[in-house]
Amino acid sequence: MTAVGGTAVGAAGGRATSAPIMGSDAEPTLFELSQSGRSSWQLRTTGMPDWDVDDLVPAVYRRDTPVPLAEVSERDLVGHFTRLSHRQFSVDLGAYPLGSCTMKYNPKLCDTVAGLPGLAGVHPGAPASLSQGWLQIFVELEEALCEVTGMAAATLQPAAGAAGELTGLLLMRAYHSARGESRHRVIIPDSAHGTNPASVTLGGYETVTVPSDERGCVDLAALRSVLDTDVAGIMLTNPNTLGLFEEDIEAIAGAIHEVGGLLYYDGANLNAILGVVRPGDMGFDIVHMNLHKTFATPHGGGGPGAGPVAVSPRLVEFLPGPRPVRLPPGSANDYGYATPAQSIGRVHSWHGNALVLARALAYMEVHGGDGLRRVAERAVLNANWIRRRLSDAYDVPFDRPCMHEVVLSAASLRKKYGTKALDVGKRLLEFGFHAPTVYFPLIVDEALMIEPTETESLQTLEALAAALETIAAEAASGEPLNEAPRTTPVRRVDEARAARTLVPTYDARS
Amino acid sequence: MPDYLPHTDDELAQMLAFLGLSSLDELFAVVPAALRLGRGLDLADGSPEPDVLARMEGLGAANRARTDRLVCFAGGGAYDHEVPPVVRALAGRSEFVTSYTPYQPEVAQGILQAVFEFQTMVARLAGLPVANASLYDGANALVEAVNLGVAASGRQTVWLSSGVQPHWRAVLKTFAAGTGHVVVDVPLENGETVWPGESGDSGVEAPGVLVVGYPNYLGCLEDIGVARRICDATGALLVVVADPVAAAILRSPGEWGADVVVGEGQALGTALSFGGPYLGLFAVAQRHVRRLPGRLVGETVDIEGTRAYVTTLRAREQDIRREKATSNVCTNQTLMAVYAAVQLGWLGTTGLREVALRCARGTRFCRESLLALDGVQPITGATPTLREFAIRTPIPGRLAIERLADEGYLGGLALADLTGDDGDGSVTGDDVEHGLLVAVTEKRTRSEVEGFVRTLDKVVR
Repeated sequence: MTAVGGTAVGAAGGRATSAPIMGSDAEPTLFELSQSGRSSWQLRTTGMPDWDVDDLVPAVYRRDTPVPLAEVSERDLVGHFTRLSHRQFSVDLGAYPLGSCTMKYNPKLCDTVAGLPGLAGVHPGAPASLSQGWLQIFVELEEALCEVTGMAAATLQPAAGAAGELTGLLLMRAYHSARGESRHRVIIPDSAHGTNPASVTLGGYETVTVPSDERGCVDLAALRSVLDTDVAGIMLTNPNTLGLFEEDIEAIAGAIHEVGGLLYYDGANLNAILGVVRPGDMGFDIVHMNLHKTFATPHGGGGPGAGPVAVSPRLVEFLPGPRPVRLPPGSANDYGYATPAQSIGRVHSWHGNALVLARALAYMEVHGGDGLRRVAERAVLNANWIRRRLSDAYDVPFDRPCMHEVVLSAASLRKKYGTKALDVGKRLLEFGFHAPTVYFPLIVDEALMIEPTETESLQTLEALAAALETIAAEAASGEPLNEAPRTTPVRRVDEARAARTLVPTYDARS
Repeated sequence: MPDYLPHTDDELAQMLAFLGLSSLDELFAVVPAALRLGRGLDLADGSPEPDVLARMEGLGAANRARTDRLVCFAGGGAYDHEVPPVVRALAGRSEFVTSYTPYQPEVAQGILQAVFEFQTMVARLAGLPVANASLYDGANALVEAVNLGVAASGRQTVWLSSGVQPHWRAVLKTFAAGTGHVVVDVPLENGETVWPGESGDSGVEAPGVLVVGYPNYLGCLEDIGVARRICDATGALLVVVADPVAAAILRSPGEWGADVVVGEGQALGTALSFGGPYLGLFAVAQRHVRRLPGRLVGETVDIEGTRAYVTTLRAREQDIRREKATSNVCTNQTLMAVYAAVQLGWLGTTGLREVALRCARGTRFCRESLLALDGVQPITGATPTLREFAIRTPIPGRLAIERLADEGYLGGLALADLTGDDGDGSVTGDDVEHGLLVAVTEKRTRSEVEGFVRTLDKVVR
């Protein structure tokens, strides 16, 4: 009954037990499955003149030999990628408490919406008159996002959260420039995501890091000590990456605004506060949202996402253009485009990740305002349940009510038994759960960051907590957890070798 | 109250009791009362799924330009290619769709191997040894390529061919406001870039990066060797913006001596999608590997010696380098990369070449038929074209698009919509207002093209 994973038949709750169901042999690459002369493609009969490549491409530009790709039958193609899919954990398979990433269940409705011919089959260069439905989606989504964040207007162009961050920093730059000011520094707490300081650098600013206090929030005194009129703004995540609400946010906002700086809201954790409190009401000037986290786009193995940026009234004129807008009554079309007078310019080749935007609108329409508030409540409830339940088995560095996620620590396990956060995460894989985020935020030793999300049931939380308690007990009993995982498609991989002897393509194999 | 939340009332009560709370509101006691919203969000009430789906279908119906209503001749970086059922079925598997960045390689070999295969295919198309796991889209890939080039050359001046898609050029300039790069627009003449160095102009600052399109956005094939020679003379890096479909029949950018190859991968299995999510392609010469932006998958072994894949050279990435990073990219477009891997697997060696050939045949047939009409003129002279082409019609391009739509065609893109009303270094004068950019993919039949040509002849009078 207790195989390596220790799962009991009939146990409820969100753990993956189906993989690997068909053995654990490595899957050959598509190139190894290739047989010269085999093919699977079929193309439309066109009736075009039968010009050869020599008639179409001048010799100087012509390729001598075809690009070598795999040559497989459709049946082999299906077998290959289906077997690969069986070597992949996913939200649909089991609980995925990866902190900071909001791996909630995503309604299949949104997949259907994204596949509608009337949405997926529209060329982005079509004029407004021929794409009124899309423009209406954009305008309605912008309005909804502004209501949720308490902001005045938004750009939907940024393709991901990091793109939103950089867009926000360029808005900050444009704002100060328009006022004839040249400011050089942006403040970031030491608990911030790595994208924040990287975006600051690419936005042309210097990062000033402020420490967290003993409660896990921005150290207000330390913040005040670095404030002057050279500060362009601050980037904050609230709730922060420790899952804690920055209770001093009003004082922080006041202090930043006093020196003429702007407040940037990193929306990575927006899921926690939907319908409860809004960045705009906290004093933020610029807000990016990770629609793929909060408004349910499946993460696709690492993208696509969407990172719209909403702003307060004084920044609207700097937003990227062209912007989808409602046109005045009597216009030829209901919707059109307008570029703000002092726009920072385009940040996307077209309009943003449109299908992700449509998914977000559909998700918001199903939930409505009340439903979004319930999302936040359940997300916070689940995280606090996990915090309370696991506070005996694990260290809780900041043991006070959290928001949507909780940061535990394996520091004691490491000190007493040599069991690291990494080992805990790897062992958890054997129980059929994805591992938490480990070693982030950087300010917590042996961090295990757990974000259950609102779509996991109490039974799943019970099973997850029980698994983590079992692991802590195993560590105490001296079991060598650094051997885990053993039941996954592959075991721990040699990352050092991958970096030392780089094999980034099949052709680089020796 | 439709939603996807599993908690029963009993469970809610049980969980609150466990936490010593009496209401859900108390969960938010840490939020200062003055900041709390104190009302419901001003959004419509929630709707059941069938109602939402019906509404979204209605919005889709309001998009007249959908490809199942209008025969598509629009390109400009987004193309109406065949995406077969098998590609949608495989890449749409929920194991790929609902996973995240492969932080735990032991349970992410599916995504990792698919991306490894994708990287191999992109590298082969580019003619370079290394390709990353993708970036957001072509424009974003261009921005990252220029950042790489500036870092590698140590010079911030960028010579940007006006043959690069106008929106991409605009994006590059937007982000240059932060990095301080100096972007110099290099104009086209008859569809070909006229580099400052060619005329011996010594008054121009030496570039750190050159960017050229292959073919450029007007469909023209340019001699990349000219740009390469300037790079050799100045130490600049050569960034080639390449079309991945045309690449199947063109001498590879790597062979031309590209340092970095970027492109828009939408043509490889991703629907038109009104512009996103798309797929940024990014390949580099070996010497630039350590500056590669975004994620990279490498092959390795597990502790039992079994072949395995893992994201590698992580020391380059933003979450480790933080403020010292030269790229802030965190995610990429993995799902679109999986679509591309499956699409290229389906096409294979012969299929991709066939798609490229059919595009070229259709483009030539359409171009010659249009140029045979009274009053229709070429914009790029005799420069050889592939993939798409620009023409001047007797009426404004925007008007032509509207009239063609009434007859069942998305008749290309109005050049003025791409360059702005005043034109730019790629097209000028009357060509801007009267210009049309027309693309013909392998999906277009001869009768569709003939119908389009006849209709255009009718509506431009």
